[in-house]
Amino acid sequence: MRSIQYEAPATVDEAVARLAEAGDKARPLAGGTDLIVQMRSRLISPEVIVDVKNIPELLQVSEEGGGFRVGAAVPGAVLGENEAVVAMWPGVVEAFELIGSTQIQGRASLGGNLCNGSPAADSTPAMIAAGVTCEIAGPNGRREAPVEDLVTAPGETSLGRGELVVSFFLPPRPARTGDAYLRFIPRTEMDIAVVGVGVCVTLDDGGTCTGARVGLGAVAPRPLLVPAAADALVGTRLDDGAMANLAAAASAACNPIDDKRGTKTYRIKVAGVLARRAAGIASERARSN
Amino acid sequence: MAKRHVTTTVNGEPREFLCEVDQTLLDALRDELGLTGSKEGCGSGDCGACSVMLDGRLVCSCLALAVEAEGREVETIEGMADGDRLHPLQRTFLEEAALQCGICTPGFLVAAKALLDRDPDPSETEIRYWLAGNLCRCTGYDKIVRAVQKAAVEMRAEA
Repeated sequence: MRSIQYEAPATVDEAVARLAEAGDKARPLAGGTDLIVQMRSRLISPEVIVDVKNIPELLQVSEEGGGFRVGAAVPGAVLGENEAVVAMWPGVVEAFELIGSTQIQGRASLGGNLCNGSPAADSTPAMIAAGVTCEIAGPNGRREAPVEDLVTAPGETSLGRGELVVSFFLPPRPARTGDAYLRFIPRTEMDIAVVGVGVCVTLDDGGTCTGARVGLGAVAPRPLLVPAAADALVGTRLDDGAMANLAAAASAACNPIDDKRGTKTYRIKVAGVLARRAAGIASERARSN
Repeated sequence: MAKRHVTTTVNGEPREFLCEVDQTLLDALRDELGLTGSKEGCGSGDCGACSVMLDGRLVCSCLALAVEAEGREVETIEGMADGDRLHPLQRTFLEEAALQCGICTPGFLVAAKALLDRDPDPSETEIRYWLAGNLCRCTGYDKIVRAVQKAAVEMRAEA
């Protein structure tokens, strides 16, 4: 019989040591909503499972420097109940809450959604748009990395041997700033994004856009930060012309696959449409902040 | 590989069992503890037939490892009725004929109870979204939604 070891260390250092020792044979377990599905369908056969849910740091949500520190294993249901986080970064929370059913929300985590490495992960483009960074612990200590640097290809991340994402830093939201996330799926619930777009905009007193970030999901081998799409908005009053330029830049950044959920042509078109709509919601939120 | 010994709480009672590391919580509930109310539909977190509460959160027990239950609290469909007295949801599911084959019913009941425990007066839309992770191939859902609405009214009247 194949032997699997299960460990549930109480500290980050122990988890990192175990992950470093076992290398590719080890997998961290947070909510298990991807890991256990992949194990059961025999896509992966880890020999060591390191459950990170006994480590308090990975389950904490706390204010930090005017923003929020969110543990990598915090479930969607828990973050969605945190009114302060929802008020500051509604786009990040709404993207997170789109993942799966109520049952999945009871377990699924931001860290798992990111490190699973799916190009279609809902929370990733929203975190990219909001400028979220990850704190990563490894055998050589800790480092910070922007979310957009984590996923390198489908199922692949830039994490080194033994490295573990322990938390996310949701930065303090500048004045007159709003974020939003929209995805397209053929139904209203329980599906994988055909296209996902996160947008964050900052306006000045007069309504001119002074800063923007656009994240795209499901339209390339990895989630993308699209500076050209942001540049289409900065310096404008988000008029129709700017929105059309945003849509064109978002579509131009796409390099999608054709599959049963959407053709390449369709995904490229929808990325532009959703970028425009998400920018509209984000700017409404920015005006009310 | 030796089996793991797990000490946990199920429906308020301390329980212990032996399991393999890759055994799911659903399989341990059914095969080690004899609690066969929770069903396996898909085994991949899509159908909700295995819904249980784990430390107060609605989860799919097919997507949790049995070893994760160590030191935690599990609530299953077997804990829903008070002896012979059915929970209002169980009664309204019968009254409204909200089941036919019954495989999905334990999951729907556990999920619906989780909803009414946090929101005693959900709208029809909220009920439908909350239960989107529970699949039923018999009823067409309308009778299930009506049963939940009826139970909510009765539970609010009793409260």
